[in-house]
Amino acid sequence: MKMTEACILYMEGTNCEEETKQAFEEVGVSAELVHLKQLTGDVSKNLERNLFDYRILMIPGGWSAGDYVRAGSIFAARIKSKILKEIKEFIGNGYLVGGICTGFQVLTELGLLPGFDGAYGVPQAALTTNLNSAFQCRPVYLKHNRKCAFTQKIGVGRILQVPVAHAEGRFIFGENNQMYLEKLLDNDQVVFRYCFPSGEFAGGKFPENPNGSLFDIAGICNLEGNVLGMMPHPERVMDSIQHADWTRTQHDTGDGRIFFESIAEHLKKI
Amino acid sequence: MIFQAEVRIELKPGVIDAEGETIHKSLKLLSYPVVNVNTVKVYVITLEADSSEDAKKEIDGACRRLLANPVIQNYSIHIENA
Repeated sequence: MKMTEACILYMEGTNCEEETKQAFEEVGVSAELVHLKQLTGDVSKNLERNLFDYRILMIPGGWSAGDYVRAGSIFAARIKSKILKEIKEFIGNGYLVGGICTGFQVLTELGLLPGFDGAYGVPQAALTTNLNSAFQCRPVYLKHNRKCAFTQKIGVGRILQVPVAHAEGRFIFGENNQMYLEKLLDNDQVVFRYCFPSGEFAGGKFPENPNGSLFDIAGICNLEGNVLGMMPHPERVMDSIQHADWTRTQHDTGDGRIFFESIAEHLKKI
Repeated sequence: MIFQAEVRIELKPGVIDAEGETIHKSLKLLSYPVVNVNTVKVYVITLEADSSEDAKKEIDGACRRLLANPVIQNYSIHIENA
């Protein structure tokens, strides 16, 4: 029997798992919605799932546990208490772990991103309150900065129009901003940056940079490139008519599709 | 014994307090002579422990595991008998 390839991990509050599952299926990657309790063993035996039966773990967007304390922190704390070591081993085996929006917040809270020096379990960065203090739900432009396991098919420098929907998306290193940013750049871990439609980086300017993220960071990966977190939602633009400007511009497909196609391509190799 | 812990979570110096800045601007627009606003989150947690020290240890663990992100936040704990 062919194994299901993608584990879409959800819990109370996530609400993008269905779209994410559909996005995977549209590019030929089988996917299953798996509740966190099914991986942590807090369900009856027949409902339990084993992370190592999949090849990609994707944490979708939405909210989690009301986004109380900090967005993603309760989801992360629950993962940390039961299955973080398994996830670390899964990553070490070369399988993929991705996080979109809430998922990025979770991976950051877990310390899996940026994952400097192989450390995990303690956050090294934060995705905190948007500088404008408001929930941002609209398309933004992203520039692809480097290829990783999730973006192999996307040309470096390509500009994508992808929506964001978050109140806590400002990527920062707190008091270590400068030192850690240099480390992130030295390691070539920045995958997506917010930009103008022309491709010029946002330079922290609102509304192109929707949250005030350091260095216009919209998505980063780990050193090995098999863990990726990003605030924008590629699963929301799989088809051309999902672009806000689809009546005025030419999009053959949605700009998010190539993200999932890249993952599908990579999964063939592992 | 039952204890009550008051946990105060605040942003580290230098981390922009977006909410505080918005409130600051709003209060100025309402003509208050406000110089600065910092937002602080306070959790009041009732817990069982053998001693005040044990209660503090438990809550300290909770802060490190969930309540505070050490990258951007400092925390302080005050324990009282409930």
